[in-house]
This record gives sequence, structure tokens and C-alpha cells, in this order.
Amino acid sequence: MSSLGNIMKKELRELLTLSAILPIILLAIVFGSIGNSMEGFQEEFTEPPVLGYINEDEGNLSHVAISFLEKNAEVVFNSTDITDKQQGLEYVKQKDGVALLVITQNFTSNILNETQGEIQIYWIMKGAGILDSISSGIVESNLDLINRAIAQALIEENTTVNATIVLSPTSRIDTTYFKNRVIGLSPGTITGMLSSQSTFIPIIIMMLIIFAGQMIISSMALEKENKTLETLLTLPVKRTSIVTGKIAASASIGLLFAVIYMIGMSYYFQGFQFTEGINLAEYGLVLTSQDFLLIGISLFITLIAALALCMLLGTFAKNFKSGQTLVFPVTMLAMIPMFITMFIDFDTLPLAAKALVFAIPFSHPMMAPRALIFNDYLLVLGGIAYVAIFAIATIAIVVWIFKTDRLLTGSTKKKQTKGLASLFMKRR
Amino acid sequence: MATVEVKNLVKSYGSMEAVKGISFTVNKGEIFGLIGPNGAGKTTALRVISTLLQITDGTVEILGFDVKRQPTEIRKLISYLPEDAGAYKNLTGRAYLRFIANFFHDISTDEMVAKGIEIADLGDRIDDKVDTYSKGMKRRLLVGRALMINPRLAILDEPTSGLDVVNAQEIRKIVKNTAHDGTAVLLSSHNMLEVEYLCDRIALIAEGKIVEEGKPKALMQKYHVNNIEEVFVQVVA
Repeated sequence: MSSLGNIMKKELRELLTLSAILPIILLAIVFGSIGNSMEGFQEEFTEPPVLGYINEDEGNLSHVAISFLEKNAEVVFNSTDITDKQQGLEYVKQKDGVALLVITQNFTSNILNETQGEIQIYWIMKGAGILDSISSGIVESNLDLINRAIAQALIEENTTVNATIVLSPTSRIDTTYFKNRVIGLSPGTITGMLSSQSTFIPIIIMMLIIFAGQMIISSMALEKENKTLETLLTLPVKRTSIVTGKIAASASIGLLFAVIYMIGMSYYFQGFQFTEGINLAEYGLVLTSQDFLLIGISLFITLIAALALCMLLGTFAKNFKSGQTLVFPVTMLAMIPMFITMFIDFDTLPLAAKALVFAIPFSHPMMAPRALIFNDYLLVLGGIAYVAIFAIATIAIVVWIFKTDRLLTGSTKKKQTKGLASLFMKRR
Repeated sequence: MATVEVKNLVKSYGSMEAVKGISFTVNKGEIFGLIGPNGAGKTTALRVISTLLQITDGTVEILGFDVKRQPTEIRKLISYLPEDAGAYKNLTGRAYLRFIANFFHDISTDEMVAKGIEIADLGDRIDDKVDTYSKGMKRRLLVGRALMINPRLAILDEPTSGLDVVNAQEIRKIVKNTAHDGTAVLLSSHNMLEVEYLCDRIALIAEGKIVEEGKPKALMQKYHVNNIEEVFVQVVA
């Protein structure tokens, strides 16, 4: 073999380890899964929205609107009596529909008298994620098309209505039912506002978890690489003190980051309080100081859980390089809820996905701001309790490992371990 | 009472037995050497005695305390210097000694640090970061760390490993003086000449078993050879 080939072979053997390949494979799987989910949402785009209507008007222009709806939507309820509104809403909700449209009395005569005809839209909003608003988005674009159809009818009939009304013959009054609240905004506006608030929060939390986790894994890895761990373990200090000392130090730094983050976030939220001229406080869509405190607690406990988990992973590290690779599972666990909370509301997830997201401790501070805006204290407090139990259990496991041979030998039963971790370490 | 009493010590890693039922004692002020080639089980035995690894079978007592049941008590009495041990790179030599001294409460911290600085003998460099030390300086700092607490038992794994002649000799002198002051010293080495110079008694260990034990001179007489290296070759062969 030539010298060049010999060097290349050696380099490939060193670089192409299981620990180098595994993250790439897992990342490909994650992106593949995201792609598959997107296909599902694309199908939703092509399906007609489910809705109901009440037409109080007897004029021909309301019939233009209704016939358009009949053609382009799956109409599950219709009536001509406004007193049926509640019944209609319940029915549409039952059928997993998006909205109940009410074409008010004198709709046609108002337009012909150069006043916009009023359409009241009662939205049934299920989730505030970007992908949750697909159906309502289709209805909104249908409303634009209804406007165009009415304008076309007016032009065809050669009416004398002025051009402004012809171009925009209807006005909308939006009422959205979402998480036991009635909000006088459209789902698109609510989603847009909440998304702009919550897009960056999961990213920042993910970065915080990865950064703090990397600190403690590196600390453990360096203790091993610099051969200081053996000395530390023969000193008259309890294993619990070593573990909690390391976690507490990293958590203090984490807390400092969390405080900086919370200050930044509160300014960030203030910046979004007036969105598109809408005062969110008027609709109760802002966080109170108590909410911020709960987010802070959730974030801090999650940091402790993250650090405990990283310390557990750090016990597998043999040196600094292997420690860096061990950050990968934590990165994945932080990325999954980050993507999910950015695009889909927790409430609209299928049960299995809900269980998965809830089980990942890092999801909770990411979900907390949106949940608290809608007073979902059960989810936030339940999350805090779960993460606290997770953190305590993980710390207990780490302390147990510190009392066994695993920390120094890599296994309590050397040469018998067949787990993924041993595979990981063997190739490194 | 012996400072260290090891009886039928067995240490296994799964199906592999690294130490196969060794027994020995180390007395106060004595330097006892575990001698053997790499992989003979020396470090494993020292790690068990240092409370780092769990015992598979047998017993180890240090000043009457059982390693299995009373590791916390034992850690107050011993000092372990692992082979290739390191110190925290971002600390200065002095800060490192103080960090370690803070775990012990029988002597004042300042007194321990002063002793550590004296043993390490690094001059002004004691206030430099450990990261800037040469291998010899680092080892001297670590020996200072190990002996400054006046341990009842000092466990030294290859104390002069990788050091130049001058540094190695200085450390040997320090170890001798420490034993002279009453500390029991248990050391491992595969440097037979060092062992001959330092140890009052030795045990030759091969494949996890003690194959010979005694005073270096007595062993050389027994096997009619001039040094421990030759004793070892004869015993193992």
C-alpha cells in the first residue's frame, strides 16, 4: 500500500467511529420523521375545511357566498336562524370543524346600499402552533374568494355600487373560542402573535440546556482525562457531596443564565405586547409576574434535571473528546421538544406524542409560556413536579454509580456489558 | 496492630480475576512494596485498599477499619497517589494544596499547605497554574499533596513513574523520610532498583497472585542473586 493510502486508511479508521456515525444517523432519522409529518400537513392543506353556516339574509349576494362555501368546504351545519348559533357551534365542534359563519340580516341590501355586508365568524381554535392553523388559514383564503365572487356578481349585474364596496363588499367580525376563552381576534392573528413570542423561546432554552450540560459532562470528562477523579474519590468526602457539589456549581451558573434569560425574555415579551396595533393585555394574552416566576422555577428545575442527566452520561466519558460526543443525546432530547413546541400545540398532539413530549423533561419550560398565557396551570405545575422527580431519581442513580466501580472501570461487570454505552466507549 | 491487613483479597471484573486471593500486612513506619510487571494486579490491589474499587472477596483492614464497611473512616487516614495522577490545571499549586487540605480537619489547613509546599519544593512556581508545570514539578506537587496531611497510610502507585533521575531521587528521599516519621507506606513499582533502595519488605506479584514475599536482602540471599530483578525472574520463571 502507498504511503498516501496508508495514511488515509489510518485517518478513516480513526474518524469513522461508531460515535461519529451514530449522531449523523440519528439526525437523519429525526429530519426524515419531520419530513414525513410535513407530508401529513400537506394533505391537510388540500382537504376542504369543515364548517357550518347560518344565513339570515335572503338576498342573492348571500347565496353567492353560500354556494361558494358549499362547493369549497365540507358544510356540516346550516341554518337560517341565528338562535341556532350555539347548537351550530356545538355541532361544528363535534365534527372537528373550524368555524361557524353567520351571514347577518340585510347582507345583500347593505352591500347594494354601499355598506359592507357583515360576516360573523365564530372560530373553533384547537391549537396555537404554526401547523395547527392550516384549516383556519384555508377558511380565511376562502373568505377572500367569497369577496371576489360577490364582486364579480356585482359587476355582472351592472350595479351602481361604488368601486370601494365592489372591491371589498364584506366585513368580518372574528370571535375565537380557544382554551376556554373567547377572544375577539382571528386564529391567524392569535397564532401569529403567539408564534412570534414562542419561536425563539424553545431555541434559547435548548441552547441553555446544551450549554449547561456540556459544562458538567466536560467537567466529568476532564476529571477522568486529567486523572483527578481517583484522588477526589479517596478524599474524606461523601459521594453525594461530590455529585451534588458538581451539580450545584453548574446549576448556579445555569441559574445565572436563567435569570439573564428571564430578563431578556420579559423585554422580548414587552416588545410583542402590541402586535399589529393589538394590545394583547386587553385580551389577557400576556404573562403575569407570577407566570414569570413559574417559568423561572420550571426552567431551573429542568436545568438541574439536565445537569443530573449529563452527569450520568459524563460517568461514561473516558476523556474530553468522548465527553463531547456524549452531549449528543441531550442535544437530541432538547431538539425534539423544541421543534414540536415551535410548530404544534401540545393539546393538538396525538396521545402517544403527548406522552413522549411530556416525558422529555426539557419540554416543560418550552411549553410553559404558552400554557401560562392560557392559564393551563395543571400542565405547568404537573411538569414541574415530574421534572423534579426525574431530577431526584437521576441524581440518586449518579450517586449510586459513584459508589460502584463503574466510574473508574466503565462498568460494574467489565467485559460483560453489552449495552449501547459500552459499544460507544469501545470504539472510541 | 498492623496498619494494613489484607486477607485473601480477590478482585474480579466480571469473569476476569485481576487479583486472586492475596494476603499481606504493612506495619507502622514500614515501606512495603508490591512488585510486578504491568497487568500483574498491583494497581487493582492498591485501588481496592484505597476504597476506590469494591472487594469481590476477602478482607482489607486499615488500622482496624474494614474497607468494605467503613470506607469513610478509612479515607480520613489514608492518602493515595495514583500513577499518572493529575491536578486541576486551572488552579495554582498553592490553591490545589489548599483545596485538598480543606477536606481534612485534624491539622490546620495552613499547616498542611505549608508542609505540602515544603515537600513539593517548587519555589515561586507554587503560585503558578498547574497547567504550566513540567511533569516532574507536577509529580512533586502531587507527592506534597499526598503527604502533607500526615496520613497513617500512604498508598503510592509508581511514585517515580516517568520522572528523570534527579526528580525520582528527590521523591524517594521524601518517601523514606515520611516512613521514618511513622507513616506506613504501601507502594507499587516495576522499577526493581527503586524497590531495593526504598522498601523494607516486598511482595512479588504476578498474574494476580503473590509469588514471593520478604525483605529484599533476604530474598536475594535466598535465591543467590545480586538484585531483586533477578529474584523476580527466577520466581516467575
